[in-house]
This record gives sequence, C-alpha cells and structure tokens, in this order.
Amino acid sequence: MSIPDACPQKQITWREWLTTDTPASRRQARLSVWYHSWLAFRSNLMAMFGLTILLALVLIGLFAPILAPQDPFAQDLAARLSAPGVNGYMFGSDSLGRDILSRLIYGSRITLYIVSLVALMAPVAGLFVGTAAGYLGGWVDVVLMRITDIFLAFPRLVLALAFVSALGAGIENAVLAIVLTAWPPYARIARAETLTIRNADFIHAIKLQGAGTLRVITRHIWPLCISSLVVRVTLDMAGIILVAAGLGFLGLGAQPPSPEWGAMISDGRRFILDHWWVATMPGLAIFIVSLAFNLLGDGLRDVLDPKKSSQ
Amino acid sequence: MATDNTLHKKRRKRSLPLWVKGISNTVFTVAITMVGLLFVTFIIGRVMPIDPVLSIVGESASRATYDAAYQELGLDKPLFLQFFLFLWDIAHGDFGESLLTARPVGQDLIRVFPATLELATVGTIIGVLLGVPLGVIAAVKRGSWIDHVARVVALIGYSMPVFWIGLIGLLIFYGILGWIGGPGRLDIFYVDTIPSVTGMILIDSLLAGDIEIFKNAISHIVLPAGLLAYYSLAYISRMTRSFMLEQLDQEYIITARVKGLPESTVIWRHALGNVKVPLVTVIALSYAGLLEGSVLTETIFAWPGIGSYITTALLSADMNAVLGGTVVVGLVFVCLNIFSDLLYKYFDPRAK
Amino acid sequence: MSNLLEVQNLSVKFPTRNGIFEAVRNISFSLGRERLGIVGESGSGKSLTGRAILRLIKKPGILEADHITLEGTNLLQISKKAMRRVRGHKISMIMQDPKFSLNPVMRIGDQISEAYRLHARASKKDARKKTLDMLEKVLIRDPERVFRSYPHEMSGGMGQRIMIAMMLIPDPKILIADEPTSALDVTVQKEVLEIMDDLVRERGMGLIFISHDLNVVSAFCDRVLILYAGRIVETCRADRLHEAKHPYTIGLLNSIPRLEQPVEHLQVLQRDTAWNLEPSVSGVVADGETPS
Repeated sequence: MSIPDACPQKQITWREWLTTDTPASRRQARLSVWYHSWLAFRSNLMAMFGLTILLALVLIGLFAPILAPQDPFAQDLAARLSAPGVNGYMFGSDSLGRDILSRLIYGSRITLYIVSLVALMAPVAGLFVGTAAGYLGGWVDVVLMRITDIFLAFPRLVLALAFVSALGAGIENAVLAIVLTAWPPYARIARAETLTIRNADFIHAIKLQGAGTLRVITRHIWPLCISSLVVRVTLDMAGIILVAAGLGFLGLGAQPPSPEWGAMISDGRRFILDHWWVATMPGLAIFIVSLAFNLLGDGLRDVLDPKKSSQ
Repeated sequence: MATDNTLHKKRRKRSLPLWVKGISNTVFTVAITMVGLLFVTFIIGRVMPIDPVLSIVGESASRATYDAAYQELGLDKPLFLQFFLFLWDIAHGDFGESLLTARPVGQDLIRVFPATLELATVGTIIGVLLGVPLGVIAAVKRGSWIDHVARVVALIGYSMPVFWIGLIGLLIFYGILGWIGGPGRLDIFYVDTIPSVTGMILIDSLLAGDIEIFKNAISHIVLPAGLLAYYSLAYISRMTRSFMLEQLDQEYIITARVKGLPESTVIWRHALGNVKVPLVTVIALSYAGLLEGSVLTETIFAWPGIGSYITTALLSADMNAVLGGTVVVGLVFVCLNIFSDLLYKYFDPRAK
Repeated sequence: MSNLLEVQNLSVKFPTRNGIFEAVRNISFSLGRERLGIVGESGSGKSLTGRAILRLIKKPGILEADHITLEGTNLLQISKKAMRRVRGHKISMIMQDPKFSLNPVMRIGDQISEAYRLHARASKKDARKKTLDMLEKVLIRDPERVFRSYPHEMSGGMGQRIMIAMMLIPDPKILIADEPTSALDVTVQKEVLEIMDDLVRERGMGLIFISHDLNVVSAFCDRVLILYAGRIVETCRADRLHEAKHPYTIGLLNSIPRLEQPVEHLQVLQRDTAWNLEPSVSGVVADGETPS
C-alpha cells in the first residue's frame, strides 16, 4: 500500500490520513471526500437506522436456511391458522399451516431479488436514454424525450398492471414491468446532468484531444451522473417495493407457493377479521423494509446533495 | 394619449402570433403524448398472450368462423392500419365489448369512473386541508418537535403498503370497533335506492335529500378516503415544507417584516401566496397519484370504481376492459397535467 | 439636536463549526435628524447593523447590545408585538434589489397600502388614496396603472421608487437604506437617490445610508462611519473625508479613480491583520453637540 509512502517520516493514523487538508495524491483526496461523507452520514441517526435494517435484511436473505425455524413450504393442516406463539409458531401459521416467520425469512430473498434487479436495470436504461438525448441533442433529444414524456404520462401502477397482463404473471415479468415504468425519471435526471456537463470546458478539452462521442459519454459523462442517480434510486426503492408487493397482492407477481410478502397479504386477506396475523406480519415486513429505504435515501440525499438537504 | 394607444396596438399585434404559437405548441405536445399513450396501450394489447379471436368465437369454432372473425377484427391488415382503426374507435368512444360484463367497455367506464372520482376527490380535499398547514408549520418551526412529527408522518406514508393498511383499518375500525361501514359504497340494503345523477353517492344522496343515505355513504367512504388522504398529506406536506423554506429565505419576506406585519400575515399571506404557485402542480400530481392509488385501495374496500374494474378485468383476461381502463386513466393524467399548467398560469402573474 | 437613535455596544454573532463568528463587534453610534452613512466592504457587517436595529437578525444569529434606544425606548426590552409597531411605523428599511424585495405575486398597490392600513388603521379606500398620493410623491407618472401592476412589470428604478413609497407611507422617523441603488443602472441611481433624499429632508427624518460606495455616501450624507471587519474604524464628517486618518479609509479613498488626479495604477487596498484587533471607534454624538 502507498499509505506509508505518502508520509513515511511520521506515524499517522488512518483517521489523520483521511482527514488531512492537504492530500498528497488524487486517491487520498477522493478517499478523504468519501470519509467526510461517511462521517456526515454516520451522524444522521435515522439514516444509520435505515442502513442497519437493510444490512440485516441482506444477512437474513443470505442465511435464510439457517435462520428459518422451519421449511417455508412445509404444510401442517392440523395446525393451520395458529395464533402467534401457539404450536411453536412465533408469528403464527397461515391457512395451510405453514410457518409465517420462515416464509417471511425466505420472502426477503424475493424482495432483495426484485429490488436489486430493478435498481440495476431502470437507472441504466434511464442513463442510456438521458445521456444520449442530452449529449446528442437535436432530433434525437426531441424523440427520446417525447417517448420519456409518454411513459411519464402513464400512472405507474396501471401501466405495470397492463404490462404484466400482456407478459403474463411472474416475478421476472413483474420486474420487467416495473423497470419499464421506472426508467423515465432517471432519463430526465441524466439528461439534465448531461446538459450542464456537455458544454463544460473539460469536455471541450477532451474532444480536442480526439475523444469520440461514445468515449465522452461513457468515460466522462456517465460517471458524473451516477451520484444523483444513486440518491434517486435509493429514494425510489421504497416505491418499487410497494409496487412489487402490490403486483404480488393482485396475484400478478410471484406465484404460489412462493413466499412473496405481497402475495402472503393477499392470502391472509380472507381471514383478516378472525386471524389477523396472517396478513399483518408480511405487511409489517414490507413496511419496515420500505421505511428503511426511505430513511437511507433521505440520509444519502443530505450527504450527496447538500443544497437540497436544508429543505 | 393617441400615440400611446397606437403603440399599444402595435405591440399587441406583434405578440399575437407568439401567443398562438404557445397554444399550438401545447396542443401539439398534448396530442403527441396522447397518441403515444394510445400506441403503448395498443402494443400491449397486441403482445398479450390472449387470442382475441378465440375469446369471441370460442374454442370449438370452425376454421371458417375463426377466419371470418379474424378479418372482422381487422387482424389481417398491417399493424399501422390496425393502430389507426384502434385510434378511430377510441376517438368515437368505442373501446370494444367487455367479456365479463358483456357490455361496451365505454359504458362500463362511465358507470364506474364517478366512484373513483368521488374517492380520490374526498381524499385530496382532506389531504390538502391538513397537508398544507402541516407543511407550513413544519417549515416555520423548522427543527422543532412538530417538524419531526411531520417528517415521521410523511416517512410512514411513503413506506406503508396501502392494501395492507387498508386491511388493518378494516379489521380495527369495522371488525373490532364497528365505527364505520364495511366494504362497498353503501350498506347493501341502500344500494340503488336513490337515482344516480352524478354517480357520486355523496352528491346524489344530497340531491335526493336523503340524509340517511348520505350518512351511510360517509361511514363507508371515511376509511378508504382517509387512507388516500394520508398518502396525499404525506406528499403535500413535504413539498409545502420545502417550498416554504425556499420562500422564507427570500428578501420580500424581510420587506414584509420591516413593514411591521404580524408574523401570521408574513407567513400565510406573503410566503404562502408564493408557494401557492408551485403547490398547484404538486396537488394535481397528488390527485393523479390518488386516482392511481385507488387501484389497490378499491380492491381492498370492494369499491366499485375504475381500479376494481381494471383488476377484475385483468384477472379474468378481459383485454378490452383492461386496455380501455388504462387508456382512460392515462388520459385523465394528461388532462390533469394540462389543468395544472393552466392553474399555474392563473396563479403566477409572471407567467401571463 | 436630539438623538433619534442610540446604539451601544452592538454585536451580531453566528455560531459556526469553528466557534462563534462575530460579524459585528461592539459598535456604538447615534443618529440625529441627519443623514448617516455606513461604509464598508462586503462582509464588514454593515447590512447586519441595519437589520440589527430592526431586530431582524435571523436564527441562529445572535443579537447583543447594551441598548438600542429609539426616542427613549430600549428596543431590546420591548415585546415582539411592540417591536412590530416600531417596524414600519418608526423605523423603515429599503433594501438592495427591488426585483427580490417586492413580493412577486402581490399587486403593487396592495403591497404599499398593506403597511399603511396596519399602522394607521385606515379603511381600504383611504389607504388607496394615500397610496396613490405616495406613488405621485416618488414621481411615478401613472399611479393608477402602477397600483394595479405586479412587480415584474416594473423596471429596477421604478421598483426602488415603489419600495421608497412603501417604506415611507406610514411616516417613519428613521429610514435605513441598505445599498438602495447598487442594483440599479447608473443612469437611474441618482434619480432614485434624489427622490429619497428630498422625502427624507421634507419629513425631517433620520437616514442611515448603508453603502460600499464612498463617493455616493460622501455626496449624500452628513456623517460617515467606516466599518471594517465588524468594527467602526473611523468616523468623520462627510465633507472632511479627505482628512481621514485610518489607513483603511485612506486606502479606500485612494482606490477610487479621479478625473482631476489621474494616476498610472489605482492603488490596491492593503489590509493589515492588526486592524482586526483594534477596539471599535465610537460613532456616538452626544445630544446638542455638533459632530466634528
């Protein structure tokens, strides 16, 4: 490592190295900026709370087979609709006598799967469209932005419903439908960023050095769009979870017997008046996870976008 | 005076084409958006894995009947021609026939839409009446406990699945406490007892002078509308707060204070007067959001609106109904956008 | 000559991450029925001084002073409500840029008559009449039309005249003008200043003229306070500015180009960190005394 080289004479701590006012290298400067952002983020209790919950969610998803007390698919009709605590079911059992806690634990995998797929695909699609529109300008811009506006004009859930009905029910199709409805705002953001960067002096300098359009976009414009996209993605995640759960609830997402949380609520709906826990538990899980994303998104926005944080 | 007048005329003449240009620009944009919206819907309809011919003629039809129906539907024509036929039909209010209700989809939509409108409107009214003051107070008392409460209220609103909290609400307020009417718009023995004028029961019952039905309708609408109101409150209060913070930093606020105006006048007349302008757009957006949110809410509360209509149609593969519903909701969205633009111009003297 | 306003040991502080920043430090001055100029560069605390007199320092800023006395009343000891009776009614303030200091969505007539109706408890009709009078006094030709207009329809010069009308309509004793002409075109600056000056003289008001422009201040004021880093470094009569002794004032004077004394290079202002530590000079003139 180059840490000792940076300051060989004195023994300095990592902390001092990271918080120095006079960084010796580009990497140190960059790491220092990250460290300061992290310090600002860490002091935001709510955001840290959100981050902790999400880390816990990832761990639960990873170690589901170890953590789950029972097989999430194992039915026990004799012990169906047991109340929480009865028959050894901590969160109760559902209409087929399956352990709700185990199903929730396995369900976290589905949630994570949907969230990460959407978080990867929608912003990337938006980034492509937005930077192309912003950088190329002219009729490309007009056409792409018109298309974006058309998609924005649709109510998201209704469009997703229509897509799923066209593509057929299932998790992958639900993800695809959500992506198809989620990309336009990212395209808008990426375009706005590109427009501000496009005429910057350093872009002109790079072009004079002979960089082609593709290189300018991929190497110099994309990296600068990332941070505003990341904030937006985090803030959108909660909404995405809610739409995905909504699709599951309507029977258009994950299919039975998969332990998707939205579908579990739909399952418990019939018994809501007599067996409240069947629908309540998965609903709480959805609520907690989307709350965590909202808290994290708020915190990230404060750190990465100080101008808006005061509002 | 005379010179003044001619000058005025000249200027007006010169600015007229610009004004016309502005309007025609808007019309063009809206037209493109609407056609695009219909095109997307059309494409969705075409890739649907349901054979529209089979669903008309039935599984056991002969090859000849099938082909006849195939041609009748215009499926043998090129895609773009089909699209124009589709546009033509929709322009005439013809969305085809619903499989489920065996009635024209257009008629069905006219029947169910008022229920959704009633729900979303009541929700938005409550949301604005509570959300705007909450946002203003949160901004003025920034960092105080009320600001934190407003923030938590909004965060919970952003994080709660509406279909779940609706169920829990039904469980508590209907199942356990019995304070409200259950699912549906009215108790079963009141249904269809008053003439439908607007399709909105709250208004129709008042028109019919039937207070009992009005009360019953209130007891049914209060929970779903209250839930939708909460969502709109969460959004509106956050946006109001951020607009207010922006305005409270402006110089004219200091001017108002220098004049010796009481703080209430400074906030509610001067700052909120300026916030009103961007807030119009936010309220229109939130209203559109509630129309959308009604899809899931209506399912929970068995509310016979456009949301229930679309979801029921979806589950029974009733393609015409799904597409018709989607188009109508999309068109309402576009109209709301235009409406909010117009209101913006009305409220902001600078936009004229 | 009796003093309208006396300010004793005024400080404005802001807590920052690196401790407390003192933007205005222990300054004292008085104002009679005269025109007092406060001159300084940006960041010298001159605008904050103006706002502090009106108790309009925004949180987290802290306002401290032994007293700010207006005609025998200590403004720091009266209630918020009583302070609102002082604002507009006794002390008014004109701000830099009418583009930002007028409410963009309110009609000009409403904005002007609002203050009058509040302080004079006048009816809508009387307030309207008075407003139109006032608009005429600031030499606006078509008051009826301006009354109905919105601020964005006005030019900068018109905007500032409207601002003057708005601030003078409740007949205050003191007017604080915070860089009233620096956002205006040079051609209209003088016009606006003259309108303001005439009205202030006519009514026998006290004027605090805050500016960075030594030329304008020396032409329009009787007495000048020179502010540097939140303290008064020098005070003198405007017509004797050339006799100023403090190096900062001399530096400021020398950095102004002069037609009658052309120089090869204008002097660049040299700052001395020692100035920051000097105690503030008093700008108080005792009652009955003539400023030297």
